[in-house]
Amino acid sequence: MIIKGGVVYDPANGVLGEEMDICIDAGAVAEAAGGPTIDARGMLVLPGGVDAHSHIAGPKLNAGRIMRPDDGRIGTEPRRGLCRPCTGYTVPNSSAIGYRYARMGYTTVFEAATPIIESRHTHEELEAIPILDKGALTLFGSNWTVMECVGEKDLPKLSAYVAWGLRASRGYGVKIVNPGGGEAWGFGSNVKGLHDPVPEFNVTPAEIIHELARANERLCLPHSIHLHFNNLGKPGNYSTAIETLDLLKDIVPSRDRQAVHVTHMQFSAYGGTGWRDFESKAPEIADYYNKNDHATMDMGQIIFGSATTMTADGPLEYANARLLHQKWSNHDIELEESSGVVPLVYIRGSPVNAVQWAIGLELALLTEDPWKVLLTTDNPNGGPFVKYPEVIALLMSHKRREEEMAKLPELLSKRSVIGSIERELGWGEIAVMTRAAPAHVLGLKEKGHLGVGADGDVSIYEIDPREVDPGSDPALVERAFTQAKYTIKAGEVVSRDGEIAGIPQGRTFWTDANVPEEDMARLMASLKEKFEKYYSIQMSNYMVQEAYLSRPVAVRAGVEVAQ
Amino acid sequence: MIQEDVVCSFCGCLCDDIRVETNDEGIVKAKGACRLGSSKILGHGPGHGRISKPMIRQDGELVEVEYQVAYDRAARILKAAKRPLLYGWASTVCEAHEEGVLLAEEVGAVIDSTATVCHGPSVIGVEEKGLAGATLGQVKNRADLILFWGCNPAEAHPRHMRRYSSNSTGRFTPEGRKGRTVIVIDVRETRTARLADRFIRIDPGTDYQVISALRLILAGKAEILGDEVCGISKGKLVDLVDILKKARFGAIFFGLGLTHSRGRYKNIDCALSLTAELNAHTKFMIMPMRGHYNVAGIGQVMAWEGGYPMSVDYSRGAPYFNPGETAACDLLARREADAALIIAADPASNFPRSIVEALAEIPVIQIDPYENPTTLLADVVIPCAIAGVEVEGTAYRMDGLPLRMRKVIEPVHPSDEEILKEIRESARRLPDDH
Amino acid sequence: MVVSVKAIMISGRTLGQGAACEAKMSPDYFREASSCSLSQADLRGLGISPGENLEVTSEHGTVILTPQEDRGLDPGLIFIPMGPWANCLVGPDTSGCGTPQYKGVHVEVKVTTFPVLAIRELFGRFGGTRT
Repeated sequence: MIIKGGVVYDPANGVLGEEMDICIDAGAVAEAAGGPTIDARGMLVLPGGVDAHSHIAGPKLNAGRIMRPDDGRIGTEPRRGLCRPCTGYTVPNSSAIGYRYARMGYTTVFEAATPIIESRHTHEELEAIPILDKGALTLFGSNWTVMECVGEKDLPKLSAYVAWGLRASRGYGVKIVNPGGGEAWGFGSNVKGLHDPVPEFNVTPAEIIHELARANERLCLPHSIHLHFNNLGKPGNYSTAIETLDLLKDIVPSRDRQAVHVTHMQFSAYGGTGWRDFESKAPEIADYYNKNDHATMDMGQIIFGSATTMTADGPLEYANARLLHQKWSNHDIELEESSGVVPLVYIRGSPVNAVQWAIGLELALLTEDPWKVLLTTDNPNGGPFVKYPEVIALLMSHKRREEEMAKLPELLSKRSVIGSIERELGWGEIAVMTRAAPAHVLGLKEKGHLGVGADGDVSIYEIDPREVDPGSDPALVERAFTQAKYTIKAGEVVSRDGEIAGIPQGRTFWTDANVPEEDMARLMASLKEKFEKYYSIQMSNYMVQEAYLSRPVAVRAGVEVAQ
Repeated sequence: MIQEDVVCSFCGCLCDDIRVETNDEGIVKAKGACRLGSSKILGHGPGHGRISKPMIRQDGELVEVEYQVAYDRAARILKAAKRPLLYGWASTVCEAHEEGVLLAEEVGAVIDSTATVCHGPSVIGVEEKGLAGATLGQVKNRADLILFWGCNPAEAHPRHMRRYSSNSTGRFTPEGRKGRTVIVIDVRETRTARLADRFIRIDPGTDYQVISALRLILAGKAEILGDEVCGISKGKLVDLVDILKKARFGAIFFGLGLTHSRGRYKNIDCALSLTAELNAHTKFMIMPMRGHYNVAGIGQVMAWEGGYPMSVDYSRGAPYFNPGETAACDLLARREADAALIIAADPASNFPRSIVEALAEIPVIQIDPYENPTTLLADVVIPCAIAGVEVEGTAYRMDGLPLRMRKVIEPVHPSDEEILKEIRESARRLPDDH
Repeated sequence: MVVSVKAIMISGRTLGQGAACEAKMSPDYFREASSCSLSQADLRGLGISPGENLEVTSEHGTVILTPQEDRGLDPGLIFIPMGPWANCLVGPDTSGCGTPQYKGVHVEVKVTTFPVLAIRELFGRFGGTRT
C-alpha cells in the first residue's frame, strides 16, 4: 500500500508537516511497496493513535455495564455491514470499543489495570475487542507477596514475583494504584500518605513504590512503573504528588524512557483543604515537570457529562459514592487489590468540576515538553474516549477554551489559571501526545511513528494542516479527528469515513521477563504457602492459559536483558 | 490416570481442587467433590441418561438423524421464526456463550439465561444500587461475621462453608469457625440454620420489611419501629444490628429466598443498600449464591458482547434489554416467542407449568448431554459433550472469578460451541426470506 | 369430611434433588423431587395414613406429592424441592422483573389416595410440535 502525498506529522522521526508518501509492505512501514494507493493529498497523515491508559476490558468494565443499563442504551447501534451491534457510551460493549477507537484513527490501546487473579476475564474481553492491538497493565500495589518482599528488603525475590505476576496475568507492565490502600481497604480503612504504614504489613506506600520501581528497572521492563498516586481525588493532594515524584528521582531507568509514568494527573493536582476552597495546583505540577525529566504523565481530562469511574482505588470509589449519593460497586480481590465502580456526571455548573476541567488542560498547556504529557480522559473515569477530539480542539484553540469557560462558574478564574493561558498546541504537539509519546512511554518501538519497520498503522484525516488554523477553527479540527478519512491497521484499511472496512484480530502485548532460577525458587516456596493457606484457588489454575491470547506478542525482558 | 485440581462443574462454588481418576471405562473417582459435584463428574457415562444420537420429531416420535440434518432443521426453525428464543446457558462454558450471542445476532433472537429464574432480580437490584462485593478469598481470610439470608449452602453449595465462608481459615481468621459468628435468616430452619450461632426465623414474604427495619435501626431511627417487625421482636433486630456493626469484616450471602419471594428485586435492592450503609461502620460485602456453575459466566459474556447481562432482544438488530418484557418467562407467557433453542438448561422442569405449556406449543430445539423433561417436548434434539468434564473452557465463579474448566475425558459428541457454530453456518446459508 | 390445610408453599434446592438433577428421568430424581415437607403439626392435622399422598392446589394448578415431615418447618409452610412437580403450583406472573414467584405461593393441602404422577406422565400430554 502507498499513501500518497499526505501532509505527514511523524514527530518521532522529526517529520513535521512534510508532504510525503508512506509505503506499507507486509504490515509494516517500508521503503517501497506495491498494492493499492490511497490519495492523501491535502490531508493530515499521522501514525495510528496509541492510548496508553484506558479502561477497556476486565471485571470492572463489566461491573460498569451491568450496573448501568442506562448507559448501554445511549450508544445503541444495530448490526450493520461488517459491524456487530453496539451499545454504551461510557461503558460500551467490546465491539463498540474497537470500532469507535478505529473510527477516530486509533490502532493501539492499553488496558490500565488488571488484577492478576482475574486476568483471564481481562483477556477474554481484550480478545472480544476487534481491530486494536492491546495490552494490559498488571496491578501490584497492594499485593501481599509484593509487600512481604518489600518488608524483607529482598529485591531479587520481588523482581521474581513481578516477572511471575506478569506471566501469570499475561500483563505488559507494572501498575500501582494507591499502594497499600487496597490492602487497608480490605478492612475498610485506607493509607493516608506516603509514609503511613499499611496495616498488618508494616511497609509504607513510599517503600512499595520505590521498591517496585527498582524491580521494574532490574527487570528492564519495556514500560516504567505506571502509578496512580495515594490520596488521589482529594483536595490538597498535589503535595503527595510532588513528594512521590521526589521519591523516585534516584531511580535509573534501564531503558531509554521515564522512571515513572504518573497516570491521570488531573486527579492528583488538587489544592485546597476541602471542596470549598478547592483549587488547581496544575501550575505547581507542570513547573515540577518542567524542571525534572524522570517522569511522564497522562492528563485524565474530564469531559462534562456522563462518566463511569472505575479504579482499583476502592476507598476512593466509596468516598465518591457517599459524596455524590451514587450507586456503588466494590470488588476486593484476595491477596491482591481492591476496586470500585461509581457512575457520575461532571456538571458545568459545579465549581469543583469546572476546576477539574481546567486542571487537565493546564497540565498539558503549562508543561513545556509534549513528550511528557499524554492525552487521555482516563476513559471512562474523566469521560469516554470518543471525546478525545474535543480535548484536542481545546488544546489547539484558546478561542475554544474561552467559549467553554463562558459556560462555567465565575469562581473558576479564582481557582485556576486556565483563562490566562494563551498557548495553543500545534499539529506536531498533538501528534506527540496521541501517538509518539504514548508509544515511547510504553516502550513500544514499532508504534507511534512511521519510520521504516514501524507497524503499518496510519490514520489519515480530512483536514489540511497547511490551510486550517486550529486556533480560529477548532470545530474543523474536532470534526476531522472525530472521524478519520482512513484508519489503516497493519496495512489494511479498517475504517473509512466512519465505516468499518476491515475487522482484523489485533495482537496482545505482554512482557516475558527472565529472572535467575534461584530467585524464582525462593519465590515459589512462599507462593506455594500462599496458595495452600490463603488463596481460594489452586496455584495450577491461577495462570492465564495460552488459550486466552489468540495473537500474543511476548516482549522480552528480564535480569539478563538488563545485564 | 489421576488428574489433580480439576474444576467442578456443578455449582457456583467452582471448587478447583478435585482429584479425578479415570480409566478405560471413564471417570471412576472424583475425590474431594461433594455429593452434587460427584453426581455431575461421575454421571457422564452412557448409563446416566445420555442422549446418544441427534433426533427429530416425526409424527410425534423422536427419530434419530445425522448431525447435519439436525443442524439444518434447527437453523430453518430459528430463521423462520419471528421471535426465536435462545435460552439456558448456565451449564456450559463461555466459549459456547460467545457463539450463542453470535447466533442471536444472526437470527434476530432473544437470548436469555437461567439467571432470569434465579438471580435475575439480583441483577436488577445491582442496576439500582451497585454491589459491594469481594472474591471468596477475601471472606476466607477476613470475615469474622457471616450472614446467610434466604440461602442454604449446606444443601445447595455443600463445600461453600468449608472452603470459603463459615468454616474456612485464612490469614486473619486462623481459628476458622470458632472465630466467626454465623447467622442465618430464613423462613424455615434449614440444615444451614442448624449449623449457625443464631437463627432468625422470619415470616415468608417479609424480607423487605425486615431488611428495612435493620436499615432504620442502623440509621439511628429505631424509635420509628413498633415492638415487633413481622413477628420478630424489635430487641432482637437491634441486637442483630449491633452484632453486624461490631464485626471487623462482615459477609452477607443471599439466595433465592430473597429473589423468589414477594418483593423480588426490591428485596435485593434493600439488601444491597443495607450492605453499603454498613460500610459506614465497618467493612461489609454481599454476594448472591449463584446456582449453576457458569450462570455467572453467561452474564459476563452477554455484558461484554452486547452490553447487558441477560434477557437481550436482538430482533431489531441492536441489543434491547428490558427484563419483564424480554425475559424468557414473560416472552413465553405472552405467547410471543415462536421458536426456542434450549441449551444447558431444562426449562420444562424449572418454569412454571403454564409457561411450560407455552413452550410446548412452539418448535423447540434442545442441545443437552442428557434426556430430561425438555426432551419430551423438543422437536430437534442435539446431544453434546459435557462442558467442564468433556470440554474445556471458561467459567465464572459466583464471585466473578474466572477459571478454566478442564477436559477430563475425551468426548464422543461435539461441544456446545461446535454445535452452535454449525447451526449458525447453516442459518447463514439460508435466504433471508425463509 | 375432607380435612384440608391452608399453607404457604416454598420451593428450593435440596441435596437429593441436586444430586439427581442431571438425571431427571431417573427413579432417584422422581423420588427426590416429587415429595413435599410439612411440619409435624400440619401432617397430624391432615390425619394422613401410611401410603397416602397429598394433593396440593394453588390458583395455578394441582399436584400430588408424597409427604414428609420436616421439623425445621413452622405450621403453615410446605416445602417442595424445586422442579416440575413444585412448578405445577407456580404462576407465570413475573411482576415485570422476569422472574416468577417460586416461593410464597398460597396453597391448600389435602390427603389423597391418588398416586404421584411419574415424570413422563407429568409431561404426557405434551409431545412436541410440528416443525
